[in-house]
Amino acid sequence: MTLALEQILNGFQFGIMLFLMAAGLTLIFGIMNVINLAHGSLYMIGAYGAALVAAQTGSFLLAVPAGLVAAALAGLIIEFLVIRKLYDRDHLQQVLATFGLILFINEGTTMLFGRTPLFVGMPSFLSGSVEIIPGIPYPTYRIAIMVVGLLVALGLYLLVNKTRIGALVRAGSTHREMVRALGVDIRLLYTVVFGLGALLAGLAGLMAGPLLAVQVGMGEQILILTFVVVVIGGLGSIRGAFYGALIVGLTDTLLRAFLPGLLKTVMNASEADALGAGLSSMGIYLVMALVLLIRPQGLFHAQG
Amino acid sequence: MLKVDETFATQVGASPQRSWWPLAGTIIFILCAAAFPAFAKAIGDPSLIGLAVRITIYAIAAASLNLILGYGGMISFGHAAYFGIGGYVVGILYHHFVDGSPFLGFIPGTNEFLITIPAAIVVSGLFAFVLGALSLRTSGVPFIMITLAFAQMLFFLFISLKAYGGDDGLIVRRRNVLFDLDMRDDTTFYFLTVAIAVIYFVGFARLVRSPFGMVLGGIRQSERRMAAIGVSTYRYKLTAFVIAGMGAGLAGALMANYSKFVSPDMLHWTKSGDLMIMIIIGGTGTLLGPVFGAAVLIGLETFLTSWTEHWKFILGPILIVIVLFSSGGLTSLFSGWSRKRE
Repeated sequence: MTLALEQILNGFQFGIMLFLMAAGLTLIFGIMNVINLAHGSLYMIGAYGAALVAAQTGSFLLAVPAGLVAAALAGLIIEFLVIRKLYDRDHLQQVLATFGLILFINEGTTMLFGRTPLFVGMPSFLSGSVEIIPGIPYPTYRIAIMVVGLLVALGLYLLVNKTRIGALVRAGSTHREMVRALGVDIRLLYTVVFGLGALLAGLAGLMAGPLLAVQVGMGEQILILTFVVVVIGGLGSIRGAFYGALIVGLTDTLLRAFLPGLLKTVMNASEADALGAGLSSMGIYLVMALVLLIRPQGLFHAQG
Repeated sequence: MLKVDETFATQVGASPQRSWWPLAGTIIFILCAAAFPAFAKAIGDPSLIGLAVRITIYAIAAASLNLILGYGGMISFGHAAYFGIGGYVVGILYHHFVDGSPFLGFIPGTNEFLITIPAAIVVSGLFAFVLGALSLRTSGVPFIMITLAFAQMLFFLFISLKAYGGDDGLIVRRRNVLFDLDMRDDTTFYFLTVAIAVIYFVGFARLVRSPFGMVLGGIRQSERRMAAIGVSTYRYKLTAFVIAGMGAGLAGALMANYSKFVSPDMLHWTKSGDLMIMIIIGGTGTLLGPVFGAAVLIGLETFLTSWTEHWKFILGPILIVIVLFSSGGLTSLFSGWSRKRE
């Protein structure tokens, strides 16, 4: 029971991280009609930025802005040099150019920092655990991630639905020409949205640092999961990204935690471990296949 | 909305009148290909033969993707999955052949080239059918994401198959046997691969000029219009997807034989990216574009890795430049020439 609750919370926390990635990706697609494979690279840059500053200064409070600035800056540079030229191109060209970006950024990172993963210490004030229900301790750091993620989700909701920029974003995603005709500088809007997406990816990356190894390739791992999230939730919908992320996070975490154990009741231990690991890493894709069968457009299509 | 497509228009326009270019080109190509091993040995670099085998195999794989991507307009980002499945069919059948135990309890292993290759093609086709049937329920960007995700799923599947090496892959100690050919000899294997590739490309050329190929091109230009004139587009797209998967399976099976090794790396998503790069370098929707593309990419890899291990640091920007500043790939450079040829 204790374990189950803990794993559900872990899944929830993983889902929140995925949401930060998926929200940026889906926002960028929704308004600019661009598929950006390098979104995972921004996540990695955020993680590296924070990890390096944390290693140099030992201060988590300095590492956070460092990761955010690194990711946002990288995002703006990428937008200015490459993505901006891709807005009117077809999706194949977008995929290939951003694939080129991944190759460049990954290999560049390897050249600068090597292949050995960086490990980031937990900030001391978040390294303990709190009892969520009496008798059940849970790591403070993971709770902090959930709080931050939920605050960001709330902020995004307010930004998109209650502000002028949000109105432009919503208008831009459905009636781009009209927004342009009304005299809005759509270029600036694109840059702002892309920067925001980069910022969210960087935030996810820097928060993941203390939980995972910071290494080259981490970006693509989460990128493909983010794709699954976005497909399940419905491309272009932030609400869909939120629920899709929770579904993927929970499914993945719970299968990994409990499937090998369940299989052990019917077969021997080592086989159960191998098969369980395999099946649980396939689980979310099966969920995606199921969603495709029922609602090919995703669960929350066309609700903005 | 309506985008007139030049390659397609020339194809349609040129198909009734046959020019002598294809025949002459094919003969010249076959002569060159036949003389190549002797040439490689003469200049004292027999490793070039292996390079040519790899280029030929990747050309088949890239061409198979080009059928759906270039001709059909379906941007699949998971094509390496079928390449890997083809390879694993050879690897797993060989594993059971050596082991003596049957696969799944009833399929005996084998090392007969004439059995493993068709088996690889059929199995990849079956996977392509199931995954294609699901993926094709969407189109556009979700289709890109889904094909990538399903390929990743198969990648994880093979990693978890500890019985077949898991992460480390399977070693195929000897190449499959075919009649009395000395398959261990790279030159023999080179001729075999080239012969298969020639047959494949001749069949491919006929396919894209057939009514089926025309419908596929029509779907790329305007799926709605094809649907309006009564074509059930989903079926055509799925058929093309399966044929493409089978081609990649053939290439994967050849690769498993050539390198005597299969591993989950064959299904890695960057491999799918490589196949797409070959197509865009060579020019999408052209018959021989993937051959050029494979030659350029594999050649570039061989050349740059001898210089620096971080060759992708250079490849990335090259790719971006190609995409941003050219739209027809390498073949557009010879466009006058290739126009005439088609």
